[in-house]
Amino acid sequence: MELADRTISEVGSLLRSRTVTSRELTEACLARIERDGTRLNTFLASDAAAALAAAEAADAALADGDERPLLGIPYALKDIFVTRALDDAGDDLPGGLPTTAGSRILAGYRSPYASDAQERLDAAGGILLGKTNCDEFAMGSSNENSAYGAVRNPWDEATVPGGSSGGSSAAVAAGQAFFATGTDTGGSIRQPASLSGVVGMKPTYGRVSRYGMVAFASSLDQCGPFTRSVRDCALVLGALAGHDPRDATSVDVPVPDYAAALTGSVRGLRLGVPREYFVAGMEPGVEAAVRTAIDVLRDAGAEIVDVSLPSTDHGLATYYIIAPAEASANLARFDGVRYGYSAGDDDLLTNYLRSRGDGFGAEVKRRIMLGTYALSAGYYDAYYVKAQQVRTLIKDEFDRVLKDVDALLAPTSPSVAFPIGAKTDDPLLMYLNDACTLPVNIAGLPGISVPCGLSHGKPVGLQVIGRAFDESMVLRVADAYERAAGFADLRSPLSHA
Amino acid sequence: MAAMTATGARTQYETIIGIEVHAQLRTASKMFCACPTAPPPDAADEPNTRVCPICMGMPGTLPTINRRAVELVMLTGLALDCRVETAAVRFERKNYFYPDLPKGYQISQYALPLTSNGSLEVPVPTEGGSVRIGITRAHLEEDTARLSHAGRGFSVVDFNRAGIPLMEIVTEPDLRSPAQARAYGETLRDILRYIGASNADMEAGSMRIEGNVSLRPMGDDRFGTKVEVKNLNSFRSLERAMEYEVARHAEALERGEPLRQETRGWDEGAGRTIVQRSKEEANDYRYFPEPDLPPLRPSQAWVADLRAQLPELPAARRERYETELGLSAYDAGVLTADVALAAYYDAVVEAGAAPKTAANWVTGEFSRLLNQRAADGLRADGVALAPGGLAELIAAVESGSVSGTNAKAVLGRTFASGESPLAVIEAEGLGQVSDAGLIGREVEAVLAEFTSQVAEYRSGKTQLYGFLVGQVMKRTAGRADARLVNDELRRRLDEGA
Repeated sequence: MELADRTISEVGSLLRSRTVTSRELTEACLARIERDGTRLNTFLASDAAAALAAAEAADAALADGDERPLLGIPYALKDIFVTRALDDAGDDLPGGLPTTAGSRILAGYRSPYASDAQERLDAAGGILLGKTNCDEFAMGSSNENSAYGAVRNPWDEATVPGGSSGGSSAAVAAGQAFFATGTDTGGSIRQPASLSGVVGMKPTYGRVSRYGMVAFASSLDQCGPFTRSVRDCALVLGALAGHDPRDATSVDVPVPDYAAALTGSVRGLRLGVPREYFVAGMEPGVEAAVRTAIDVLRDAGAEIVDVSLPSTDHGLATYYIIAPAEASANLARFDGVRYGYSAGDDDLLTNYLRSRGDGFGAEVKRRIMLGTYALSAGYYDAYYVKAQQVRTLIKDEFDRVLKDVDALLAPTSPSVAFPIGAKTDDPLLMYLNDACTLPVNIAGLPGISVPCGLSHGKPVGLQVIGRAFDESMVLRVADAYERAAGFADLRSPLSHA
Repeated sequence: MAAMTATGARTQYETIIGIEVHAQLRTASKMFCACPTAPPPDAADEPNTRVCPICMGMPGTLPTINRRAVELVMLTGLALDCRVETAAVRFERKNYFYPDLPKGYQISQYALPLTSNGSLEVPVPTEGGSVRIGITRAHLEEDTARLSHAGRGFSVVDFNRAGIPLMEIVTEPDLRSPAQARAYGETLRDILRYIGASNADMEAGSMRIEGNVSLRPMGDDRFGTKVEVKNLNSFRSLERAMEYEVARHAEALERGEPLRQETRGWDEGAGRTIVQRSKEEANDYRYFPEPDLPPLRPSQAWVADLRAQLPELPAARRERYETELGLSAYDAGVLTADVALAAYYDAVVEAGAAPKTAANWVTGEFSRLLNQRAADGLRADGVALAPGGLAELIAAVESGSVSGTNAKAVLGRTFASGESPLAVIEAEGLGQVSDAGLIGREVEAVLAEFTSQVAEYRSGKTQLYGFLVGQVMKRTAGRADARLVNDELRRRLDEGA
């Protein structure tokens, strides 16, 4: 296996034993980006010189015996995380990358401050390669809603990588970065991880700071990693997690040593399989792969129990009230007044209408309209208030079931990667991609997608869902599965191109 | 009010007024970020200098709650006899587009305010009594930026004010005259200053008032058409604007013309109100709970702690001064109008001075000296002379050891220097001479020197008596006890007659 396709755990040992340098790892990623990046459309911004300079600094630190687990590891940030690109005087910072959120309205936008994710990964010694493509404002399940074009799936370039964090999942699958961040509002990490054949995790709401993440739906958004193994996921999550006083919804609970939780054993654990997650319309190949994965865990000593989450059916409707409602307010700041795209019209109202009319894409406009409608006088109680009530119901059901089992097993997505353009004309069909992931956001719980084989040559993901702030259990189950199943070395065709 | 009473024959109308006050809270930093609320001392307040990514609404930023601002609203609620909420209090987003609103929504409170359901006893001297005004709610929100319509066709925005904590206090429609509206405003201002919640300065914009007026036929229990009046820059404007509206409404009602529910602005120069916005243009603000801020649950202990911090309020203090200390209503009013002055007075009395005499000194010479330095912003709590020193001085006057005139001179000096008045009297030899023998010798000397004046006095020109007293005082440098000089001089003059 080429260096660029290995795991952080593997190359980390090589770095610390001085077998490879961070510069070599960075060059390996840059070579893959050079070779496939434009075609896959994975990156929206990158600065090779800045990355190489950081790699050399990391090599110096490694030579000094610095043992931070992510030191010298090249990574990418989803372009929804702001990266500092202006100095205190407001001038361009050399090497500072723009932040677009995949939207025309933020074309060329340079942030005056860094996201918490960037700060933590910098502090952990990571080497930032660039910013990855994503659906505009994280709204989408295929990465086709980016103002900067669709991303191609490294497993089959005629298909989508999933979304909204499709640039990140594809970059990690294509050996362009050892890990990448994503944001998951209704499945935007787990679903593309599933479709791209990598590991992707959405932590508990409040586990990772949202500071510096361009907001889609504040009560649902959560940052998490894409990696090539569950162990890598534990390492990156350890670096990202922790209380941030700048985010009032970030929770002050200690961050355990996630890697220490990876015992490799599920013996004695009770794992629930919610029957509602095997939905009608699910691809048979996906169902078969997930059922087989469950058998693997049973064989490894877990007790598998059938459980029911009867409100699952209402998840989609609930999500499509709450998320657009919050988005309609979150996106009001893009008004062509202070930053970003402005139509430059002298008349205030005309400037609002034209800046937002030209700046936002169709899906973003659709959701702003949905959310505005749901919050309007006369509809608020019937939609927003009702959705919040159902949200409580869904949360309570999860809590009740998770009292009896240690974690839940489910498919991540009902389908494998689909052809680019296949679902763009039917928003509802597109929304169904997230039916198995969005209830987890509604309940604020941690969930991971881990590769569980192929269906028609395309990756399938097994989803593990856990109790709030019990990422350790989710990681333990996923890791045990990964070790037992034999898919850990599964790589996209590009790894041996 | 009895409108058109002069004509008698016309309908009697009752005036209904409700007041909304916005007061900037006295905090060091803004409501949701760390930016200072005021420029550093002696620095000019340049536009857009007290700003950061958060109060500018940059992408990815999040609000965090200013604890002190929450306390000041709760303190105000307690001062206004409100219920202070200890259930989950949510901030809410109030959505509308305007260039002075960086996020496209204002973080405010709506469904459940921090404090509600209180009342305030308002003395209305011009109506010879007091009225009890119901307080609907006092809640917390953030201020908007300041827009200046700088030139033809464009406006400029200063974000220094954006995000400054603002408290909105709303009354029930309990006020029945423009005079009551003014008295309410003034009483509320005094309280806000007393508890340190706000500078409550209308001219400086730290207190802004809106009046809602309607009229209804006397005895009717339904409300008439309501008009909201803004742009009131002083309590006098409030009273005048309300008077103008009452007359305008009465006239329209008499003529049978319909009134429109609208917002009007007060034109101070022209002395009239003009239409700003009609109800048809009213916004649907689409309030919904702010997902970036978890619910606030003020503990009972916190509320109790604040209640204990609540200082004696103006009305209670005035009452105490009149009934317990026997001060005149006038003195009690002057003292309580200024919380620092009242505190100083209390300390002087505490140090042993007789209440009435202390009131004379504090409202007299002490206040005169204070007013001379009012331009420097000097308040009683910044005066160098300790209250105990003033009490000493008053005791010295009472015991006759210093004359009233010299005591004023001593106060003038120690006021700014903070020296002990008794030490100054001692050092400067300003103590009063009460030695009858010495005074007798000085009187003797004056009678010997001014023989012709003595002769004229004895022949009936009694107005020369003052001249002779003055000569004795001159010889004793003003220190002779005036009563003893008087006794001695009269005795000698009468003796020789």
